[in-house]
Amino acid sequence: MTDATAETKRASVWSKMRANTGVMIGGTLLALIVLIAVFAPLLAPHDPIAQDLTRRLLPPFWHDRSVPDHLLGTDHLGRDYLSRLIYGARVSLGVGLGVILVSGAIGITLGLLAGYFGGRIDMVISFAITTRLSLPIVLVALAAVALGGASLTTLITVLGLLLWDRFAVVTRAAAQSLRHQEFIMGLRAIGASPARILFLEILPNMRAIILVVVSLEVANVILLEAALSFLGLGVRPPTPSWGLMISEGRDNILFDPWLIALPGSAICLLVLAVNLFGDGMRDIMGPAKK
Amino acid sequence: MIPFISKRLFVALCVCLTVSALSFALMFLSGDPAIAIAGSGGRAEDAEAIRIAYGFDRPIVVQYFDWVGSALVGNLGQSIYFNVPVTEIIGNRVGVTLTLGFISFFVALVVAIPLGIAAALRPNGWIDRIALVIAVSGQAIPSFWLGLMSIVVFGVWYGWVPISGAASWQGYILPVIVLSYYAVPELMRITRSGMIEVLGTDYIRAAKAKGLPMRLVISRHALRNAVLPLVSLAAVQLGQLLSGSIVIESVFALNGLGRLAWESLLRSDLPVVQAIILILALLYVLLTTLADILNAVLDPRLRGAS
Repeated sequence: MTDATAETKRASVWSKMRANTGVMIGGTLLALIVLIAVFAPLLAPHDPIAQDLTRRLLPPFWHDRSVPDHLLGTDHLGRDYLSRLIYGARVSLGVGLGVILVSGAIGITLGLLAGYFGGRIDMVISFAITTRLSLPIVLVALAAVALGGASLTTLITVLGLLLWDRFAVVTRAAAQSLRHQEFIMGLRAIGASPARILFLEILPNMRAIILVVVSLEVANVILLEAALSFLGLGVRPPTPSWGLMISEGRDNILFDPWLIALPGSAICLLVLAVNLFGDGMRDIMGPAKK
Repeated sequence: MIPFISKRLFVALCVCLTVSALSFALMFLSGDPAIAIAGSGGRAEDAEAIRIAYGFDRPIVVQYFDWVGSALVGNLGQSIYFNVPVTEIIGNRVGVTLTLGFISFFVALVVAIPLGIAAALRPNGWIDRIALVIAVSGQAIPSFWLGLMSIVVFGVWYGWVPISGAASWQGYILPVIVLSYYAVPELMRITRSGMIEVLGTDYIRAAKAKGLPMRLVISRHALRNAVLPLVSLAAVQLGQLLSGSIVIESVFALNGLGRLAWESLLRSDLPVVQAIILILALLYVLLTTLADILNAVLDPRLRGAS
């Protein structure tokens, strides 16, 4: 491909992205949340873990009892809710990215090997995928985190080691169809090494579908992190994770339902943004899944 | 047919063995289980006594085969916390999870299939759009949060349903709605895409052309072929419903397997956790294998493949 055609192709993807409402809304929302996460120290009005027991459970601004100093109120330990929500974006996005790096590396490697070589290698890897799919994911993740000691590193490692299946399934199918293409056969004929063919020729041709799987999986991981933190076996307090905030607010849901309504809405918004962006990109890039 | 089924069963058996090894290995992930059982205040002598009492001093392969052997005859070991057989504890709790899982599964199918068909009949019509909204929101809302919010709204504000527990059948209403909500989008999506594909084929056009009422075209001709991918997905979804109920059970304080697993984890009662993981995994293997065989029965084309 010459530079000129690559240029026009990129330009057409851009214009398609702009024409797609889902991509625009999702992308804007996602960019906004990423910016909030990156600049959290500048945006947060208070220290997210500083407690003030004299100002416990203050309501958000739409209530009569609210205090202008705490726009979205405070939690049961008097911590500023807005600041905790802002820092919570860091945890969700950080866990999402961290897990994708681990699971993507595992899944893509396995999928490439299985799809390209076929035969015995494919049999073994397909068996591994089937086995992984039969494990109840929430329960195994909970057990592994409980045994490994709840921490951000354990959480990312455990989820990364568990969630590689979709990457493997998709890259395997893509590698199978690319393997018989003429340019790959040609490379094999001139003696290119399998490693070179796999990582320099086949992998770059899968960018589009890998991007789609990344978006699906990031959404999945964010929801799982929230669920595990909610069950007390994810991120440790006092780290401001949205799932953990819901679990901490649970005791007060009768009188202060906003304690769970706010972080829950934050999760929904982020996952929705990722999904809209990913679904839209899938439509733009052509049929990638199934 | 027979070679297909026997091959499928062989793979299922291998998966079961691997899964059992994995859930067995979980016990040793934390390092020395004897020290874990003895607790943080335990002395070295205590740990040593536990090691001998529980047989942790034997080679790990021997322990594994011992565990699998007794699991095959229905003995999943002793609960460390309650000191009664694990099967007894699980037997007391499994009913709630199965009730919740199967009712939710039924509700999800009853909602998803007609909705998927209606959406496929008029793509981009208003039913299709509503279906899309349900699907998109279902993928973005965390299940435990939807559960808590529904408790606040319908339990506390309106007082229509009990807030927690399963003392009466009303206690199942919210958990069933929340749990089935998550199975609907995928089931609906696959019904819709299957129907759209089938409705475009020549034999459907022929059926319509000979003047068959639309109702019969759908029920006799289209649905039969559109349902094939649904069978495999339904098996996967049922498995996910059963394992997904761990979060829902803890939100609604239902005493099922999921809540038992969570409580057992918090009190380091590993034999119970191992057993539940094993049971859920085996159930999943059983369901997907049955779905594959059912698909081969329904569709002769599949028997030759794979």
